[in-house]
Amino acid sequence: MRKFLMPSLIIVGALLLLIRIFYLQVINDSFKLKSDNNAIKIKYDYPERGYIFDRYGKLLVSNQASYDIMVIPRELKNIDTLEFCQLLNITKEDFIEKLAKAKVYSPRLPSVFLPQLNKSEFAAFQEKLRKFEGFYFQKRSLRDYEVDFGANVFGGITQVNEQLIAKNPYYNSGDLIGTQGVEESYEEILRGIKGVKYFQKDKYNREIGSYKDGKYDTIAVQGEDINLTLDAELQKYGQQLMINKRGGIVAIEPKTGEILALVTAPSYDPSILVGRQRSKNYTLLYYDSIAKPLYDRGLLAEYPPGSPFKILTGLIGLQEGVVDEQTTFMCHHGFSYGRGRFMKCHSHLPSQQLNNGIYNSCNTYFANVYMRTINKYAKPSVAVDVWSNHVKSFGLGQFMGYDLPTGKRGNIPDSKTYKRIYPNGGWRSTTIISNSIGQGEVLMTPIQLANMMATVANEGYYYTPHIIKKIKGTAIDPKFKVKHQTTIDKKYFKPMISGLFDVYNLGTARALRVEGIDIAGKTGTAENFAKIGGKRVKLEDHSIFVAFAPKDNPKIAIAILVENGGYGAAIAGPIASLMIEKYLRKKITRTDLETKILNTSLKDRYAKLGGMKEASAIETTPKDSIGNKNGMTNFSPIDSIKQN
Amino acid sequence: MKNQSIKKNLDWTCILIYSALVIMGWLNIYSSSLSSIEDTYQKQLLFIILTIPLIFILLTIDGKFYEKYASIIFGVSLLSLAGLFLFGKTIAGQRCWYAIGGFTLQPSEFAKAATSLALAKFLSDSQINLKEVNRQIQALAIVFLPVLLILPQPDPGSALIYSIFIIVLYREGLPSWYVWTGFVAITLFVLTLVLQPQYVILLSLLVILIIHFKSRLGDRNIVLSSILFAIISGFVLSVSYVFQNVFKQHHRDRFNILLGKTVDLKGIGYNTNQSEIAIGSGGWLGRGFLEGTQTKGGFVPEQHTDYIFTTVGEEWGFAGSLVVIALFVSLFLRVIYLAERQKTKFSRVYGYCVAGILFTHFFVNIAMVVGVFPTIGVPLPFFSYGGSGLWGFTILLFIFLKMDANKVNEW
Repeated sequence: MRKFLMPSLIIVGALLLLIRIFYLQVINDSFKLKSDNNAIKIKYDYPERGYIFDRYGKLLVSNQASYDIMVIPRELKNIDTLEFCQLLNITKEDFIEKLAKAKVYSPRLPSVFLPQLNKSEFAAFQEKLRKFEGFYFQKRSLRDYEVDFGANVFGGITQVNEQLIAKNPYYNSGDLIGTQGVEESYEEILRGIKGVKYFQKDKYNREIGSYKDGKYDTIAVQGEDINLTLDAELQKYGQQLMINKRGGIVAIEPKTGEILALVTAPSYDPSILVGRQRSKNYTLLYYDSIAKPLYDRGLLAEYPPGSPFKILTGLIGLQEGVVDEQTTFMCHHGFSYGRGRFMKCHSHLPSQQLNNGIYNSCNTYFANVYMRTINKYAKPSVAVDVWSNHVKSFGLGQFMGYDLPTGKRGNIPDSKTYKRIYPNGGWRSTTIISNSIGQGEVLMTPIQLANMMATVANEGYYYTPHIIKKIKGTAIDPKFKVKHQTTIDKKYFKPMISGLFDVYNLGTARALRVEGIDIAGKTGTAENFAKIGGKRVKLEDHSIFVAFAPKDNPKIAIAILVENGGYGAAIAGPIASLMIEKYLRKKITRTDLETKILNTSLKDRYAKLGGMKEASAIETTPKDSIGNKNGMTNFSPIDSIKQN
Repeated sequence: MKNQSIKKNLDWTCILIYSALVIMGWLNIYSSSLSSIEDTYQKQLLFIILTIPLIFILLTIDGKFYEKYASIIFGVSLLSLAGLFLFGKTIAGQRCWYAIGGFTLQPSEFAKAATSLALAKFLSDSQINLKEVNRQIQALAIVFLPVLLILPQPDPGSALIYSIFIIVLYREGLPSWYVWTGFVAITLFVLTLVLQPQYVILLSLLVILIIHFKSRLGDRNIVLSSILFAIISGFVLSVSYVFQNVFKQHHRDRFNILLGKTVDLKGIGYNTNQSEIAIGSGGWLGRGFLEGTQTKGGFVPEQHTDYIFTTVGEEWGFAGSLVVIALFVSLFLRVIYLAERQKTKFSRVYGYCVAGILFTHFFVNIAMVVGVFPTIGVPLPFFSYGGSGLWGFTILLFIFLKMDANKVNEW
């Protein structure tokens, strides 16, 4: 028996090893994956990002070469530090600090020593590069802006963050990604697809040749160029008009839903966020919490729209049959409803019908229409839902589905809203009467206002607003070709439009007419409040204007919001006229209006509202430090923006 | 002619397997050395070529020589081990090499053959009966003398190999309780590290109680059972104590990694993890010769020496591993078979020692590489890079093959 112990041990031992090896090699395949991470180095070939053009094919955004100076600390030989620093225009302290940082990251892996040098900065250095062993350069492609406007529409590109890398397997650390604007919404089209090359590497991360002779390598796919629906000239002009003001302009082509201009003010030159100054300038913009240059007011500024909302109140009244064109209400400087509550109105003739109700913007008239609409139904909750559905059929109170990454829903109340506000019930038409004139619970953004005007211009339908006109190689999203019909019959738009036309003939926009162009429009004034020193203070009204033109064959619908601009006809109205003329005629005849608006500055008003903080923040921001060309266009002289 | 008869009587099966293993070993060293700047595969080729004259010398020496001079060889070997403390060269903290010219020589690789010869010589005396305690002590002394010299180098790997002599001694009549004790001790050792000592003690109490009450009434001995329990408890507690207080942190780490208690893949667990990754990436058929990404990348440390089997696993897959293991097992069983048919006790014991030593190296090395044994420096016979190892194993094996070829002449 003693003979068998050793052979048994040998056989059992060998079998145990085989089982373990079988487990490692055949059953558990996690090791196979790990080995690939271990030994294969992946190198990416980044394709050039697609160009961005305007609706007429004018180049807006292209690319420029930029150079990162890279360092592998371990390979650093004795170099002439003084010469090196002079060439790159850095101090010796910078040099030591950057090198120490790279060493902390890894002595043998490459680190970015100095990022994003432009061509001229790099040229001098490149000649001497061979003298600096351990340093090399890496070419990158950065955005090059052909224009100094449209920053909010374009967005920018930035390095991907960790969360996104975890979520989206396409991106690796250090990759660039579009952020905000069309760079974000059309990221996948603009960026193309990066190519992949696999290299065999050793444990020091050194390449030791191509992996499997490049069997798995892929070629980069070029990013596609896109055309925006933007009219570059109109966009530029809008931004010029908004200098020294805050607010937004949205212009839409009613027949297609194409966004012709999307202006927010204050804005900035997009090129200040490229290259080495990006992080410094971005920080400046980001922390300007008062002027908020990164906040796209055209898409995000939610306010009670005020008078322009009367258009919908009137249309719904007609549709519900509670009034017709001849229905007359008497107005004596206001409308009183229940227990001494009173809605003030302006001075005009007491008897009001639809037409003069619109052009006089009579609160009494529309309060009455609204009351009739709500009182038509037995229960106010039913009535409010009917009304709410009519309003929502204009695309309001919801995300519109346009192709820009930011937005606000706005708010259109319904019975649920009031159930929440008045849990015990007891509300009726008079309780919610403010809705009739676009106050109360109603909130809209400028793009929603513009879309409302486009819908009115179309007499009852709209296309979802969009910024994309053409993608090379692919079709644009078919949802932008879908006609959205409102719940208002076409016939009710005619009297409304003639009322809006009379706003220019007889009403609040008499002074804003442009000879030869029939404009239909509506002024608006949105009240707003702020907390100053813990007290709720009523601030200067926001100036609002909506319009479309020409009246009989609408080519442009526009909404303008100027924060604290006062009456609608004061600032927003003239801007609407100028924008419309600019778009339709490509030149300006109302030079008086133009001069007035260009010279209007609300800076002092904002300084007063925002306290001293903002004013000082602006003044201590010297123009030179924030980039080239114009710097922040909001505060630069008008001439400088005209250079394009 | 004498030479003719040696050629005829040599066991060519063993020589064939030996040659196959050496050649395969070299191919894998070649593959793994492509990633490093050292020309290890050239050196190893030189070592392999030098084994040819070595084998000729071994086969030329008369078979009786080894039996005659076993004690002297053993003495010289012990002296060479002791000499390390004075003249040894320290490499990676281990003082177990002599530096001669550009090469280093590891006497512990030769000490195994010497110890085997000495043990065979001692047991071949027909007067020796391993049932006697005195003889047991003498036999164990032969085995543990070299261990005492090797352990403080420190080279626990080489020292560990000597435990296989217990099995050889068992074959020659050592009482079976030695083997049982060893088996129980190893089991308790592993259990203590995996579980908490108190659970192991409880478990052993349970087992002892079951044995106690299952045995026939007359065989029950409450005193014996209690002593047994006391010894086991003492052992478990001392294992736990030694592990926590005597072992150095890096020793503990090696065990803990193995037991999955600590996971530090870049640090202490790096070797084991990388070798598992390399082997695991092989799949059924491997990545192919010179195609191993892990091997080329040089991720596995010491790949050409102790971790050479990872190259086999990665580049040749499960199929290749199976072939290598099958070759080794065939060699071991063949040597045991040859040993059993020896006419003299001397050559039988020696043959057993050869099989045992080779097997222990084989088992400990591969077990370590596949992550079921703590990291310990033991080469894979005939495969691992290194002249001392290759020559040591060659000498070990061919002395036996010479004895085996001689057996006919002895009549």
